[in-house]
Amino acid sequence: MKLITVAGPPSSGKTSVILKTIEALGQPAGSVGVVKFDSLTSFDHQRYDEEQIPNQTAFAGKICPDHFFVSNVEGAVEWGLKKGLSVLVTESAGLCNRCSPYVNGILSVCVIDNLSGINTPRKIGPMLKYADIVVVTKGDIVSQAEREVFAFNIREVNASATVLFVNGITGQGAVMLARHWQDAPEIQTLRDRKLRFTMPAAICSYCTGETRIGEIYQMGMVRRVEFDDV
Amino acid sequence: MKPIDYVAEVSSVPLGEILRRYPLVADYLANIRLNGVDETRTLPEVLEDIDEDMLEEFGLDREEVIYHLSAFLAAFSPVKSSVDEISSITILGGRDKVGRPEMVELTVTPGEVVSIVGPTGSGKSRLLEDIECLAQRDTPTARQILINGSVPDVNKRFTSGGKLVAQLSQNMNFVVDLTVQEFLEMHAKSRMISDSAPVVEKCFAVANALAGEKFTPGTKVTQLSGGQSRSLMIADTALLSSSPIILIDELENAGLDRREAIKLLIGNEKIVFISTHDPLLALRANKRIVIRNGGIAKVIETTAEEEQTLRKIEAIDSILLDIRNQIRGGGFVTKDSVPEFQER
Ligand SMILES: Nc1ncnc2c1ncn2[C@@H]1O[C@H](COP(=O)(O)OP(=O)(O)OP(=O)(O)O)[C@@H](O)[C@H]1O
Ligand SMILES: Nc1nc2c(ncn2[C@@H]2O[C@H](COP(=O)(O)OP(=O)(O)O)[C@@H](O)[C@H]2O)c(=O)[nH]1
Ligand SMILES: [Mg+2]
Ligand SMILES: [Mg+2]
Ligand SMILES: [Zn+2]
Ligand SMILES: [Zn+2]
Repeated sequence: MKLITVAGPPSSGKTSVILKTIEALGQPAGSVGVVKFDSLTSFDHQRYDEEQIPNQTAFAGKICPDHFFVSNVEGAVEWGLKKGLSVLVTESAGLCNRCSPYVNGILSVCVIDNLSGINTPRKIGPMLKYADIVVVTKGDIVSQAEREVFAFNIREVNASATVLFVNGITGQGAVMLARHWQDAPEIQTLRDRKLRFTMPAAICSYCTGETRIGEIYQMGMVRRVEFDDV
Repeated sequence: MKPIDYVAEVSSVPLGEILRRYPLVADYLANIRLNGVDETRTLPEVLEDIDEDMLEEFGLDREEVIYHLSAFLAAFSPVKSSVDEISSITILGGRDKVGRPEMVELTVTPGEVVSIVGPTGSGKSRLLEDIECLAQRDTPTARQILINGSVPDVNKRFTSGGKLVAQLSQNMNFVVDLTVQEFLEMHAKSRMISDSAPVVEKCFAVANALAGEKFTPGTKVTQLSGGQSRSLMIADTALLSSSPIILIDELENAGLDRREAIKLLIGNEKIVFISTHDPLLALRANKRIVIRNGGIAKVIETTAEEEQTLRKIEAIDSILLDIRNQIRGGGFVTKDSVPEFQER
């Protein structure tokens, strides 16, 4: 199974981009699934259900969704494997703009939108800096010049990332992203892989600098999702 | 140049001198809150006094800053990108909406304008999309796009992002809160044009010439009218965008001088595709692609007769324009406003 992590500020277009990219992947129905990590409420599952995409939603409650992501991504991977998925996509909305829910060796996608302001790329920290691919949405409503400057500001923060423009509504550009997803490595487990960057201070072992994935490394306030039995 | 090639320089040259050599480094330092440091010292010396916790917020430690800045310099080093050297683009036919094959192979070179015509919903915008993503038989139309006669290399397709292709459409607006002057300067800076004043000035003058109503450099871009915005976008795309291919989706009724706009784009050796319902734009192109039911039905070269007739159509258009101006100016339309012509 391939694992793709998609992060980005709320309403940047993550769900839209994921849906269009799954369509562009052209895999058999039901073989690409999504796990959504959110804080309080989420309506994304309705959109995934509509497209008959196997999905699970996990609510972080008081915990930063990105911290919550690390404590549960292993379970998500197990769910995906049991479900027989060929691609599992995780969607999480960083709320603090500081966390980067990216794991070494796992394709990491950051979604930001052109409307959020020309200097936004300079304000988003590790979530942008550590991404392999930066997807820019909502280019359909701003000028070419603003798109170019936005992309330039992204490159100033993350010079090595691939910057792609995807229209979350029409799906224009999703073909390119799908190509990158197809090249993502196959994995069996995430155990012992490391986060690309430590999460900022909060309340669990990952808050204190732990980067290894696995139950034995988790301490403090850890909530675990009950994934459906398959 | 590779990142490693900059490490020695970044480690040993005082910051002030680095900033003089690479002005963009000011942005880099500002992005990690290192602006306003002592510029007579080298970066490693400056970093000695910086709190590691602060750097960590940005996902860096002292050593990484050196390498990260080197990578930054490498990424922005002025290489002659191959993107600029486009001599042709070729569209190889795929299939229409019901799966019938398109029997076309169309090659377009810089300075050429191709219009795309067809009924609403026929697939004009779809063709523009195929060009934008350099389709390789992997879109619903199964078309393939070649650059300079061959399959574009994977890297260009993947990393160029919007670089190869610039897009303009009716729905696009300015959203940034800047004046026209500031806006053009910002764009020029991102193109790393060292002396931006002449091109900014030219861009402003050209945009104003295209627009029906004039505007000043101090006008906020968000306050420009539809026609003024379109004019500025076209001038900016022609003169300040690096992309050699321009895709235009419907620019009709925009209150700008369409003939001059097209001339400007051709003059700057761009390859232009323009989807349109406007006969003037369609005929001003060298060729036009006729789309029917999702497929390319025909490619027509504008004939000599059409070019002749275009003059007449332009005359009709300018009559309409005069009438529009008369009405706008609060005047009356008289019989003499329209010259005699044969009834059909
Ligand atoms: N060859 C094709 N195969 C499958 N679908 C196609 C094909 N060509 C076009 N389509 C689809 O048909 C729909 C309408 O096409 P499109 O939006 O490009 O029309 P248009 O000519 O731009 O219309 P308008 O003039 O109203 O802007 C789109 O969803 C497009 O993806
Ligand atoms: N105009 C435009 N709107 C978009 C685009 N991508 C997403 N949207 C809209 O932005 C809103 C938020 O998108 P969503 O995918 O739910 O964002 P998420 O919270 O990051 O998952 C929705 O109303 C989308 O329809 C785009 O490329 N262009
Ligand atoms: Mg979402
Ligand atoms: Mg259209
Ligand atoms: Zn967080
Ligand atoms: Zn934590």
